[in-house]
Amino acid sequence: MSTPDTTEPMIVFDGVEKRFGSNVVLKDLHFTVAPGEHVTLIGPSGSGKTTILRLLMTLEQCNEGTISVGGRYLSHEMRGGKLGPPREKYLRDVRKHIGMVFQQFNLFPNMTVRGNLIEGPTRVLGLSRDEANGRAEELLDLVGLKEKIDAHPTQLSGGQQQRVAIARALAMRPDVLLLDEVTSALDPELVAGVLKLLQDIGDTTDITILCVTHEMGFARDFSHRVMMFDGGRVLEDAPPAKLFTDPDHQRTRDFLHAVLNH
Amino acid sequence: MENLPQIVGVLSDGLPETVIATLGGVLLTIILSIVAGLLLLSSSRTVRGVTRVYVEGFRGTSEVVQLFWIYFVLPVLVGFQLLPLFAGIVVLGLNHGAYGAEIVRGAVRSVPRAQYEGAIALSLSPAQRMRRVILPQAVVEMLPPFNNLFIQLLKSSAILALITVPEVTRQAREVLIPNFGADTLLIFGVTFVIYLVLAALITLVMRLLERMASARLGRRPSRAARAAARAAGPTGTEGVAV
Ligand SMILES: Nc1ncnc2c1ncn2[C@@H]1O[C@H](COP(=O)(O)OP(=O)(O)OP(=O)(O)O)[C@@H](O)[C@H]1O
Ligand SMILES: [Mg+2]
Repeated sequence: MSTPDTTEPMIVFDGVEKRFGSNVVLKDLHFTVAPGEHVTLIGPSGSGKTTILRLLMTLEQCNEGTISVGGRYLSHEMRGGKLGPPREKYLRDVRKHIGMVFQQFNLFPNMTVRGNLIEGPTRVLGLSRDEANGRAEELLDLVGLKEKIDAHPTQLSGGQQQRVAIARALAMRPDVLLLDEVTSALDPELVAGVLKLLQDIGDTTDITILCVTHEMGFARDFSHRVMMFDGGRVLEDAPPAKLFTDPDHQRTRDFLHAVLNH
Repeated sequence: MENLPQIVGVLSDGLPETVIATLGGVLLTIILSIVAGLLLLSSSRTVRGVTRVYVEGFRGTSEVVQLFWIYFVLPVLVGFQLLPLFAGIVVLGLNHGAYGAEIVRGAVRSVPRAQYEGAIALSLSPAQRMRRVILPQAVVEMLPPFNNLFIQLLKSSAILALITVPEVTRQAREVLIPNFGADTLLIFGVTFVIYLVLAALITLVMRLLERMASARLGRRPSRAARAAARAAGPTGTEGVAV
């Protein structure tokens, strides 16, 4: 895996501040992610990793600074040469290029696996039912659940549900995929299968992937870059080989030590 | 006892009116509940405020007085009178819709945040999120309280007797009592049973819908859970309210 070239960044955080009440979670945050790059976010609990992914999915709005994906602003809309608050329609358009997989899967229990997979493609992307079904079958094949297409999410194991959730996100053909501790809610014996799937997706697509995980072995193999967060800032940003073996900061060393020996 | 066949016959003549008033009222209740329930969740303060006025206005005033307003006062104001049955349906619907709005609002709010976020991550529009993801899940929560509400509506339909609708209660009071005055016990006993049977029918239909809705969510209750619910029935909330 070679690091993709970094001409036009896919994701830009520029001076981002995010507060919840008086709690400043992210402060003057700057970083960029290149197209096709895989970046893993690590850091202690409460350091704002989930918040970064939620900002990218437009589930939260930042208080200061700007975020852009594929050259388009998220928390702002450029209108008449001025930056203003984004309208719902604009946000929906930007979101189409971004997919997210959640820790708790968030599958829709009122739909079958098929329903979950074709909902976005048919209603948002305007695919025909046949096209969407074709895409759904293809993706279920990829995640190894072809025979479960008409099953109900509640009839699936956690690992299977998470594979469906990954397939659902991929069905939208996103440019950016956000993964927030997608294996944390799974029984230990199901983790490896999901990580293997993510590795395959990383190897065979050119999707830009941002991933929060405590699976350091996976992070090492999967990522081009690892960012260590602390106190609302990027403490350290380096390729995994460097960050995991020879970090610049004692804080990173302590954190890795704690995670690897938990 | 020898008058039982006539009594049952006369009361049955009132059955269509009672059933039509109830079904019409239920239909209007469902529509108003959903509309007002969703408006109560609007992000606009004004919209919420106006809807609040409707809900509190109808919950806080007497149904009988509302009926007199629509039937007797409205004609004076606008110059035409509604058909009694129609006026009755409107009042039953408006009144129970105000209660139903709170049921819908509560049920929609009970759907986990994660479901909205899953829908946002798929770029669904706000209307699609509501219609395709949230409401189908909220319906399961709504059905048991709506069962209670519809039974209350059925019982309220007796107020239509006050504006000359020949429904079951009016048949009992205006037709049977003057003619079979000695059989008061029997007359109101049969009337009682008729409402009981109609209420049981409502519960039957609602239970069926409930089962279908939870099956759709893949949470068909287990046999054990159903048996436990049945055993708890008489002392449970439903038993008290009905
Ligand atoms: N909706 C919210 N309202 C208030 N505070 C919030 C909200 N979401 C997050 N926070 C706060 O923001 C901070 C960062 O939370 P975040 O979930 O981003 O951390 P994290 O790095 O993902 O942690 P973890 O490893 O535990 O998942 C925490 O202090 C948290 O309490
Ligand atoms: Mg988190």
